[in-house]
Amino acid sequence: MSVVFDILASAGLWAAILRIATPLIFGTLGALLCERAGVLNLGIEGIMTFGAMIGWLAVFHGADLWTGVLVAAISGALFGVLHSLLTVTLGLSQHVSGLGVTLFASSFSYYVFRLVVPVAGTPPTVMPFQPIDIPALSSLPFIGPAFFTQTAPTYLAIVVALIMAYIIFRTPVGLAIRMTGENPHAAEAQGVNPMKVRYGAVIVGSALMAVGGAFLTLSAFNSFFPTMVQGRGWICIALVVFASWRPGRALFGALLFAFFDAFQLRLQTVVEGVPYQIFLMTPYILSIFALALMARRARVPQALMQPYRRGER
Amino acid sequence: MTTPVLDIIGVSKRFGDTLANDGISMSLGKGEIVALLGENGAGKTTLMSILFGHYVPDDGQIRIDGEELPPGKPRAAIGAGVGMVHQHFSLASNLTVLENVMTGTEQLWKLWSATQQARRKLVRIAERFGLKVDPDARLGDLSVGEQQRVEILKALYNDARILILDEPTAVLTNIEAERLFATLKDMARQGLSLIFISHKLDEVMATAHRIVVLRGGKVVAERKASESNKAELAELMVGRRVMRPVREPSTPGAVVLEVRDLGVRIGGVERLKDIGFALREGEVLGIIGVSGNGQVPLARVLSGTLARTSGELLLYGEAVGHLSVGDVVDAGIGRVPEDRNGEGVIGEMSIWENAVLERLPAYSHNGLVDRKAGMAFARSIIDAFDVRGGTPASRTRLLSGGNMQKLILGRNLSHRPRILIAAQPARGLDEGAVAAVHTRILEARKAGTAVLLISEDLDEVISLADRIQAIVGGRLSPPLDAGRVDARRLGLMMSGDWSHVAEAAHAP
Repeated sequence: MSVVFDILASAGLWAAILRIATPLIFGTLGALLCERAGVLNLGIEGIMTFGAMIGWLAVFHGADLWTGVLVAAISGALFGVLHSLLTVTLGLSQHVSGLGVTLFASSFSYYVFRLVVPVAGTPPTVMPFQPIDIPALSSLPFIGPAFFTQTAPTYLAIVVALIMAYIIFRTPVGLAIRMTGENPHAAEAQGVNPMKVRYGAVIVGSALMAVGGAFLTLSAFNSFFPTMVQGRGWICIALVVFASWRPGRALFGALLFAFFDAFQLRLQTVVEGVPYQIFLMTPYILSIFALALMARRARVPQALMQPYRRGER
Repeated sequence: MTTPVLDIIGVSKRFGDTLANDGISMSLGKGEIVALLGENGAGKTTLMSILFGHYVPDDGQIRIDGEELPPGKPRAAIGAGVGMVHQHFSLASNLTVLENVMTGTEQLWKLWSATQQARRKLVRIAERFGLKVDPDARLGDLSVGEQQRVEILKALYNDARILILDEPTAVLTNIEAERLFATLKDMARQGLSLIFISHKLDEVMATAHRIVVLRGGKVVAERKASESNKAELAELMVGRRVMRPVREPSTPGAVVLEVRDLGVRIGGVERLKDIGFALREGEVLGIIGVSGNGQVPLARVLSGTLARTSGELLLYGEAVGHLSVGDVVDAGIGRVPEDRNGEGVIGEMSIWENAVLERLPAYSHNGLVDRKAGMAFARSIIDAFDVRGGTPASRTRLLSGGNMQKLILGRNLSHRPRILIAAQPARGLDEGAVAAVHTRILEARKAGTAVLLISEDLDEVISLADRIQAIVGGRLSPPLDAGRVDARRLGLMMSGDWSHVAEAAHAP
């Protein structure tokens, strides 16, 4: 038991939670925005990979870090346009289109990466985001190292979650997005153009996903591997359901998953005689439990995955 | 009538081969209620969709206060003061009432919604027209009648002066419908102008000032309500005299289905208690009552889709346990479910598949479905029951409500059922289809089928049933013989006052 306590009492655990959660927060918010408008975006895994690659590549070629993040966001937005074209304009199956986008974006990332960076023994690196020193707060004992030694994108993720919660629940455009995800015909009857709303939500959502990916190469690590997203996109899709399509709960869900992950990482090093793969599995198993508990009460947007065609019921 | 607020001038609209609207002209005065009467497919909804900007007309124009409305622009129609109450509500069940009403009413890129202001406006309108509803309730938690109120409020919130209601009573119970029409009259007195679409003669006569009759996409007649009558309107609407069939006297045979002290609990709530009735060969037993008083669980228990919690069920004189759907079909019980789209047919499947689905083993051969026999059976139903608008291979979704009901009846009656459970069989059907359905039910009665008719349409029950029982709050009244029936008695029965129903009759 004291092992558990030692882990919980280490500032490093809490710092790791925020770091692990950041890409999940961006990705989950992006997927959530798309789904609130009625579009499932399974392109997330590939879009995150591409964002990680292109953001890193920009910085590798001399751009500053924020420009790298912006380049990633723009690339995500372009994949958003592609996904919207397939699912909104053409009204194709959202599952199939999303998986197609993921397969395309992942392979394309690797292709572009290999064009620029030929196979080498050690992958090239960039200088990533550095922890921000916040006056007073960062120097507090325990609290400082635990919560205030993060890089700027982590704080940005939390701010974006709050802004998104505000937009979705407090502004006219948020209401238009929710109405489109619930009943696009009703939105249309009230003079809202569901096509435009869906395009907008998918484009902005995809951009957020790509920013989540870019965090991996520009903050968490400093180089790009084609497999580095490692299913984080799928975790985000599950977190949206866990969050019952609410940004605040999405933030909480991402932190909870990150807690499981950070905890098991530390447990691996102190518990002996148990294969480390067992620990690796635990966050996923716990997530399934959490999802099963929460998802039963979730309110799914009623028009999720339903293509909208004008004049049809 | 004062100067018209709305003029429809020479509107035509073609869909493929069919001319849905053919040079239609009509007008609407301030404070007037006009009924647009016509059978399904007469072009009423198309006309109103053009008016509201959902469709662009091929020809003709719409004028509001003398100014032409740009075609195909819902926003322009809303701006000109036209409000539409759709038959299938344009509402989102996961959002609150206020959110449903507010959508699209503010500038999209404002940094915050003026929720408090909107709430005050909504409450003010609701009070003015007596449309009481909680602004913060989740829409999905409201009854259908309340949801319709929200749909009307949404139009009024957009400052509608002209309100169009598309078959507003199709989804309402009788009581809700009466309340709605009282509200509509009040709105007209307060200066709103209303058009409501309907094929129900009673409500048209009772509510409208003026009636425009549409048939085959054309205006065939226009009458003042005070100068017309139901018979004339029926004939104008259908284009020929429609006679609802009349029940001939008969002598019922043995009791085939008997229920004693039947009770059903769902989720701890008692839905049916102490239900008792006896159904005999060659008779129609009518169960009347306002929707939601236990009709659905009763029909489901007898159809094998719900298990009873207590009581006895005797089928052909033998006590039986819980019946599965297969048992019910094998026992020769035909079923016409209340929700024909939800439980009666599978819309995306073809007509022949729907025809054989409940008797799949009989239409299978070596583990494969015998498509040929199924198609032949569907063809025979289509011919014998006059199902129009589809071939055996076409999708069932494309049939109109009346033809879908004929398919369901045909699927059951072709197998000469000994018992037929018919729940709201004529609900939402137009006059011609109602007559067809009634004729079939009486034919089955004549052939010796015992029919349990669950309906809230008093005219229907009076004309078909030999005996009538009322269902109120999950309990069933003693039966009343058709000879002793009048509207007042039935009204009392439906309100739960059974004192006048002779106890002597209650001896199953």
